[in-house]
Amino acid sequence: MTFDTLEPVVTAHDVWKGVRSRARITILLPLAVLAYLVYTWFAFGVPDLLSKAQPDRAAILATDSVAYKIHVTKNFRKKETTVAVEGERTATYQPEDYPNWVSIEGGNANVDLGDGYAIEISGKTALFTIPGYGTIKSTATQNGVETVLPEGPVPEWVRDNPKKLDVRPSLDKRLQVTKTKIEIHNYFGGWENFWFPFRSELHGMSFSQLYALALSADRMDPEYSNLWYMVHEFLENPDWQHGEIFKALFETIMMAVLGTLTAAFFGLPLAFLAARNFTPSMFVRFGMRRLFDFLRGIDMLIWSLIFIRAFGLGPLTGALAIAFTDTGSLGKLFSEALENIDNKQVEGVRATGANQLQRYRFGVIPQILPVFVSQVLYYLESNTRSATVIGALGAGGIGLMLVETMKTARDWENTSYIIVLTIMVVIAMDQTSGWLRRKLIEGK
Amino acid sequence: MAVAALEQEIVSLRNRRQLYSLIGVLVVVAVLVSGYSKSNAMNSGSFLQGLSKFFDYPGEIVLEAWQAGPAFFSLIWKFTPAMLETLNIAGVATLFGGAMAVVLAMASTRNVDSYGPLIPVVRRLMDIMRAFPELIIALFLIFVLGSSPVPAMIAVAFHTAGALGKLFSEVNENIDRKPIEGLSACGANWVQRIRFAVLPQVAPNYLSYFLLRLEINVRASAILGFVGAGGIGQELRRTIGWGKGAGDETAAIFVLLFLTIMIIDQMSSYLRGKLVGSGRVH
Repeated sequence: MTFDTLEPVVTAHDVWKGVRSRARITILLPLAVLAYLVYTWFAFGVPDLLSKAQPDRAAILATDSVAYKIHVTKNFRKKETTVAVEGERTATYQPEDYPNWVSIEGGNANVDLGDGYAIEISGKTALFTIPGYGTIKSTATQNGVETVLPEGPVPEWVRDNPKKLDVRPSLDKRLQVTKTKIEIHNYFGGWENFWFPFRSELHGMSFSQLYALALSADRMDPEYSNLWYMVHEFLENPDWQHGEIFKALFETIMMAVLGTLTAAFFGLPLAFLAARNFTPSMFVRFGMRRLFDFLRGIDMLIWSLIFIRAFGLGPLTGALAIAFTDTGSLGKLFSEALENIDNKQVEGVRATGANQLQRYRFGVIPQILPVFVSQVLYYLESNTRSATVIGALGAGGIGLMLVETMKTARDWENTSYIIVLTIMVVIAMDQTSGWLRRKLIEGK
Repeated sequence: MAVAALEQEIVSLRNRRQLYSLIGVLVVVAVLVSGYSKSNAMNSGSFLQGLSKFFDYPGEIVLEAWQAGPAFFSLIWKFTPAMLETLNIAGVATLFGGAMAVVLAMASTRNVDSYGPLIPVVRRLMDIMRAFPELIIALFLIFVLGSSPVPAMIAVAFHTAGALGKLFSEVNENIDRKPIEGLSACGANWVQRIRFAVLPQVAPNYLSYFLLRLEINVRASAILGFVGAGGIGQELRRTIGWGKGAGDETAAIFVLLFLTIMIIDQMSSYLRGKLVGSGRVH
C-alpha cells in the first residue's frame, strides 16, 4: 500500500516551519537591503561628497537662470567706463540711454543699487555704502587692491585679499575691484533680450507696436516683409540662439522618430523568424533570438559611440543607434506576441481557402496589431528621452547643446531655457503618443 | 432593401478604413524617406561615406584587443570595480525609486481607497517625474555636488519613482477588492488594509516590474557615467578620449558591459517568468 497519490499530510511541524522561514525572510530582507545601502553609502563616498558639496552653486544657478545683470565697468587699461548687459560688447548702452540708476561724468560714476546701497567711483577708488554696515573704501593700485573696511568683524560676504576685493552683500548686488578694473553687477529679474537682440531696431518694442509694424507696408529691410524680418531677427538672436535651439530640438525628435520607426520596420519581419509557430527551423530561430539579444545587449551607449565614429555628428547617428538597439527589444517583444496568438483565427482564414500571405494578413496581423502599435508608441516616447542622452554623448541635438551650455557655466538662463524646452518636448511627445494609443487601439 | 443599404454602408466603411490605413502607411513611409534624406544632409559625415568606415572602429579595437592577448582578461578584471559601481548606482536608484513608487502608487489609485483629492495631484506629479530626462537632473546635480555616483543615483531614482509609480498604480487598479472589504469589516485601518489585503496581491507584479526597471537602470547609469557620474561610463569616456592605443581597454569595457547587461537581462527575465507565470511582462 502506498500513499503516492494522496496529498501529503500537513503536520503542525510543517506549518511552523513555513511560518518560521517566512518570519526569517521578513526580518532578513530589510536587513540585507539596509546592509547594502550602508555599503553603498561608503562605496559612493557620500560623507566626502557632503563635505565637498557646493550648495551656493545651486543658488547661483537658480538666481542666474531667472535673472540677468547689468555690468558697470571701469577699465583702467582701456581708460573707459561702460554699462552693458552681462558685460557683453554687443549689448553695451550708448551714453544717451544709460539706465537711470547710473550716472557717469568724465571718469567718475555714481551707481544707485537701490535699498540705500550705493557705489561711487572716482579715479581708481570705489566707495561702497552698505546700510547697516558702513562704507567700504577700495583703491586699485599698481600691484593690487588696498581696501579699508569699517570697524568690526568682517562679514562672510566680503572676500578681501591683496589681489582682489569681492563684495556681495545680497545676491543681487556685487562689487569687484582688481588692479585693472572696478566692476559692479546689478541684478534684475527676467530674461534679457529674449525676443530681439539688444542692437536690433525691434528691441524694446511693445507687442502692439510689433503688431502694427507687421501690418504696415513700409519695410524695415527692403529684402523681406516685416513679419519675416521679425521672425528672422528672433531666430538669429545671438544671446539666445533660438534658431539653433529649435534646430537641435528638431534633430532630437528626428532621431527618436526615425530610430523607432526603423526599429519597428525591421523588428516585425525578423520577429516572425524568431517565433516558434512561424519558423519551424530551430536553427534560424536560435540565430534570430541571439541576434536580438546581441543588438539589445550592446546597448545604446556603445552603438552611439560606434556610430559617432563612423557617421560623425548629427541626427542620422542617433537614429541609427536607437534603431539598432530597439530592433532587438521590439523584435523580442513582437516574437513573444506572435507566439501567443490564437491559432483559431488563422485556421478559420485557412478554411476559406486563403493562401499563406492572406492567412498572415487576415489571421495574424489583426491579432498583433494592438501590441505592435502600443509598443512602438511606448518606445517612441522613451526614445525621445534617450535621444537627448545620446545627443549628450556627442551625437548632437539638444543633449549636446545642453552639455555645452552647462560646461561654459556662464549663461544659466540659456541652460534653463533649453531645459524647459526639452521637458516641454518630452511631455508633448508623451501626450501625443498616449493620444494616438487611445485613438488607434481603443478607438476612442 | 434594408440589407442592400446595410451592405453598401459596410462597403463604404471598409473603403474608408482602407483609405485611412493607406494614408497611415504613406505618412510613415514619407517620414522615413524624407527624415533619412534630411538627417543625412544634416549629419557631419554622410551615410555612404560612413558605411565604408563602419567596421573600421570596431575592427581597430578588436585588433588591439587581440594583440593584447591574455592581458585582455586582466584588463576586464581591472574595470570590474567600475562596473560594480555602475551596478550599485542602478541598484540603489531602483531601491529608492521603487520604495517611492510604492508610496506614490498607494496614494493614487481609487481602488485601494487612496485619499480622493490627492489622486489627481499625485498622478500629475508622477507624469512630471517621468517626463524629466535623467540627463538634465544628473547634469544639474553634478554641477552642484561635483562628479560622483550620487547625482546619477538621484537622477535615476527620480525618474524610476515616476515610471514605476504609474505601472504600480495600474497593477493596483486590477486587484480584487474583497480582501480589502473583509479587513475593513473587522476594523482594520488604511495602513493595515494596504499591508494585509493589497500588498500580498500585488507583490509578484511589483517585483517583476522592479526587476525590469533594474535592467533599464543599469543601462541608464552606464550612459550617465559618460557625462561625468562615475562608474563604467566614465572609464569608457577616458579610454575613448585617448584615441588610438587604448583600443584594448575600450574593447575590454565593451565586453564587460555587454556581458553584464546580458547576464542581468537573462536573470531578470527568468525571475520575472517565475514570478508572474507567463514569463512575459511589458
